[in-house]
Amino acid sequence: MNSNSVRLPYYPGCTLKTAASSFEISALASAEALGMELIELPRWNCCGTVFSLTDDDLIHHIAPIRNLIRVQEMNRDGILDNENRLVTLCSMCFSTLKRAELLVRENPDKLKTINDFMYLEDDYNGDVTVVHFLELLRDMGREAISEKVKRPLTGLKVAPYYGCMMLRPKEVGIDDPEEPTIQGDLLSALGAEVVYNPYMKLCCGSYQTMNEKDAVVRLVHDILSHARADGAQVVATSCPLCAFNLDKRQKEVKETYPDFEEIPVLYFTQLMALAFGLEPGFSGFDQNYVSVEPLFKDRQLIPE
Amino acid sequence: MTSRLVISSENEEFLARVNELSGQVITLCDQCGTCSASCPMVDEMDVTPSQMMRMVQLGQSEVLRTKAMWLCASCFTCTVRCPRGLDLSRVAEALRQTTLRQAADHININAIPRDELAALPQIALVAGMRKFTG
Repeated sequence: MNSNSVRLPYYPGCTLKTAASSFEISALASAEALGMELIELPRWNCCGTVFSLTDDDLIHHIAPIRNLIRVQEMNRDGILDNENRLVTLCSMCFSTLKRAELLVRENPDKLKTINDFMYLEDDYNGDVTVVHFLELLRDMGREAISEKVKRPLTGLKVAPYYGCMMLRPKEVGIDDPEEPTIQGDLLSALGAEVVYNPYMKLCCGSYQTMNEKDAVVRLVHDILSHARADGAQVVATSCPLCAFNLDKRQKEVKETYPDFEEIPVLYFTQLMALAFGLEPGFSGFDQNYVSVEPLFKDRQLIPE
Repeated sequence: MTSRLVISSENEEFLARVNELSGQVITLCDQCGTCSASCPMVDEMDVTPSQMMRMVQLGQSEVLRTKAMWLCASCFTCTVRCPRGLDLSRVAEALRQTTLRQAADHININAIPRDELAALPQIALVAGMRKFTG
């Protein structure tokens, strides 16, 4: 690791260690190429996935706040040098942690109750700022990204899919909730041709995939067939649950809509690792249900 | 045909309870329908989000028997678009919680086929269990 690299605390979340490991591997490798060392939080716990929305409920905010205390500890123990930004990749983890950060910042009484409850932990002091990896990339500027590109994605038509949790509600969204560009800007810095899909922020059905699969299949069909119709060859995302619905549910979409044309779905970091010329393993294309390999081989982006 | 609606103290109590749990002043809803037009799940719903809001305004606890409140995926599209600044995702959550806190789960995990459960990533399971069980 380059001694000039920026050391940042990083929260993976559960699914990045299993079904979405290609997201984590490609993100960590890309971050390193950009001079960022993402250091996994010691003893991180599940954030709870969804932010509790009832006013009288504090118990479900314990889990995200406990993770923010870990960032404090890393600074206290000298693992970090006064670095209070906590980096996330998964959009749902980002949203849950960010909203908990804001909740206790705006409600000192609630923070006190939470701190009193977790009496074995250091008190959370309210200093941590949860950020999404895409925000860091945006703040580096287009030049810093494009100068690292060794294998530009020239001519590859990518439709960014945003989903919900990185855009809504507004107080935590990392971009305009109606016309986001943050992911498209990155993809264009990688040399890709960004395809505008009006369904880029339509919910994929999220956790309803557990109980209301038909609704999810309809939504996934709408999102992907519009991306296809607009010329996209690949869809990019930042959420392991969106990725599951958009990729794995294409099996059921095809059964319900026989004319549906399958389309590969990748994490934006997989495309970044590819463009940066990192080892093929860092891009982890083998976790996909709809394989991207024929397309990439055809375009000579990966070896035959 | 004219029908008469009588708002009883029970209706008022129900509205007050949902206001309190959701942190929203639900009477502010002026029934413009932006939420229903924006909702990705409205096709599957038995009442639309704006109808759900109207039922709560009138204190009609029958709203707790609708499928709509469970179909809400907390995507916050209505929330960012409501011209009255209401957070409908919080209202739907308050309705779900009103039921779940009576120890009445919405799903029976044992009824979902094993192979389907095994295929789901943790992110779906944890979120689903948080939303559908008490």
